[in-house]
Amino acid sequence: MLARVRRAPPRYWLVLVAAVLLIGLPTVVTSFQSSQWNLVLIFTIAIMGLNVLVGYSGQISLGHGAFMALGAYTTAILIARYHVNYLVTIPIAGLVTGAIGFLLGIPALRLSALYLALATFALAVVTPSLIKRPEQLTGGVQGIGLVPQEPPQFAAAAFSTVTGGTQMTSEQWLYYLSLAIAVLLFWVAWNMIRHRPGRAMRAVRDGEVAAAAFGINVAGYKTLAFGMSAFYAGVAGSLYGLATTYVSPDTFPVALSFQLLVGAVLGGLASTVGPLLGGMFVYWLPIVSSQTISDQSWIPEQISSVFVKAGPAVTYGALLILIMIFAPNGVVGLITSGYGALRKRLRGAGERGTGQMPPDPQTG
Amino acid sequence: MQEFLQQVVSGIASGGIFASLALALVLIYNAMGLVNFAQGEMAMFATFVAYALIENGMSYWIALPLALVLAFAGGVLIQRVVIRPVERAPVLTLVIVTLGLATLINGLAGFVFGYIPRSFPSPFSVQTVSVLGALISFRDLGVIAVSALVLVLIYLLLQRTTLGLAMRAAAHNPDASRLLGVRVSWMLALGWGLASAVGALSGIMVAPILLLEPNMMQTIIIYAFAAAVLGGIESPLGAVVGGLIVGITVNLAGAYLVGGDLQLAVAFLIIVAVLVIKPNGLFGRPSVRRV
Repeated sequence: MLARVRRAPPRYWLVLVAAVLLIGLPTVVTSFQSSQWNLVLIFTIAIMGLNVLVGYSGQISLGHGAFMALGAYTTAILIARYHVNYLVTIPIAGLVTGAIGFLLGIPALRLSALYLALATFALAVVTPSLIKRPEQLTGGVQGIGLVPQEPPQFAAAAFSTVTGGTQMTSEQWLYYLSLAIAVLLFWVAWNMIRHRPGRAMRAVRDGEVAAAAFGINVAGYKTLAFGMSAFYAGVAGSLYGLATTYVSPDTFPVALSFQLLVGAVLGGLASTVGPLLGGMFVYWLPIVSSQTISDQSWIPEQISSVFVKAGPAVTYGALLILIMIFAPNGVVGLITSGYGALRKRLRGAGERGTGQMPPDPQTG
Repeated sequence: MQEFLQQVVSGIASGGIFASLALALVLIYNAMGLVNFAQGEMAMFATFVAYALIENGMSYWIALPLALVLAFAGGVLIQRVVIRPVERAPVLTLVIVTLGLATLINGLAGFVFGYIPRSFPSPFSVQTVSVLGALISFRDLGVIAVSALVLVLIYLLLQRTTLGLAMRAAAHNPDASRLLGVRVSWMLALGWGLASAVGALSGIMVAPILLLEPNMMQTIIIYAFAAAVLGGIESPLGAVVGGLIVGITVNLAGAYLVGGDLQLAVAFLIIVAVLVIKPNGLFGRPSVRRV
């Protein structure tokens, strides 16, 4: 037993450490910080879906921000107009968004990946103006406000036992809710990727004609991947609405779709922990950078305000280009290849040249 | 009827703008099988450059060609620096790179020129002339004339000059062209430069109608996508016809059917409808995949 523990590959230890950190986090940080990390988890969920689509099926969506908007509005409308329990609205939001993604995917996915990119990009730009129209339902420009969700009895009791009598706030409860959903959705994606559908998707990504020749339903698997990633984005949007307790057309600009793509690419396409790293990065970059800049009193007000607004866009754009040119497998790819090189160096040349091809999701 | 005619003419004017940007998209698509998502932002930046030139006391008619030349140089530079390293990568990589470029240019424009919308001068007055009872502005007529002129020039360049022939050959069959002594990579760079200049023209023409700010082209690029898809994404003629159809449809729909705020949704609808009904567009050839 002990020997097995000692021989466990480092990634198991990483998972353990990450789990302890993620579960323990709200008990040590403030309620506000929990809500920030909740948003990180929500981004992670959306990026996980995008990762399945881009990394494994080789399609690209620029409209995941719009899908998040759909999910958020589904939840908000169901709660505010029809008084549905908020927990029930989460899967409904996912299914509605997934269905719409599926429908949009059917015409676009018969063609090359470019057409899906085009159609989803147009969707992302159009969505805010579409949302404003049915004012009775969506509240128009005003949006819809929600009340914060109180934690249920069992969670509040458990939380106060662990922390020694501290009351659980709504933010902390929603963090755990998002964490549970993120783990569940991760498990689903992980299983799908390692089994038949995942293999089929990779085959489609790396050689559509060959995949079709092997009897793989190319359009079917592409649409499945797209519908599934829209489902993830819908769930993420629903949680986003619950977390911010307010949805409006401006909550979901085109930039959000880009942000999610940056997260997916930066973390590493077709990697399993990439989405979490990507989610952390795209959430914290604008906040940290704007804080650091505003704290520097020697920078004139005008310059710093422009920098706060334009800085993230410039960074995202430059990063996308640099990563695609120099490290197409993202941060995770860099770490694994660095770790591999280090281990080879430490163990000597004995294990070199095992004849294994390095995994490279980019070459197609 | 007069109002209808007026709407059609201003539809043709906006159609000319969409057609220019769509043509830029088609030029790059033909050169490397890629939809350039940064085309609109490149045009926006070039428009800002033109604005800066005019602000510094340059006359419009000197600033315009100078801005187009700079846009051309910028397009060549972007191809050399950003696109060339990933030229052989899968199309997914290229799309992500152009998206990064779009975000980068958008941010840079905000950085350099700020986010305050500015009014852009137009050489054509907004006074109107009566044609068949319909009041048509000189600005619309000017936009139509300039677009038509540029489209004809591009056509002549591609179809009637040796350079155009080399560019088409490089795009069509890079290996054979290389054997015949065409410098394929530079032809691609020229294609990017040309597309950039044509796109810039659309930005400069649309800026007096909208206000100039970093997100100005975000909606225009959607209309251009609709135009390019409708015309068949590889056909220059299709881009022009598609642009005109989209311009007129969107204008009429905005005036009579759905209202101005949903004009963009009409363009989205056109894209989806074309993908469902006739994916190759009006002038595109059915795609054949070799095994």
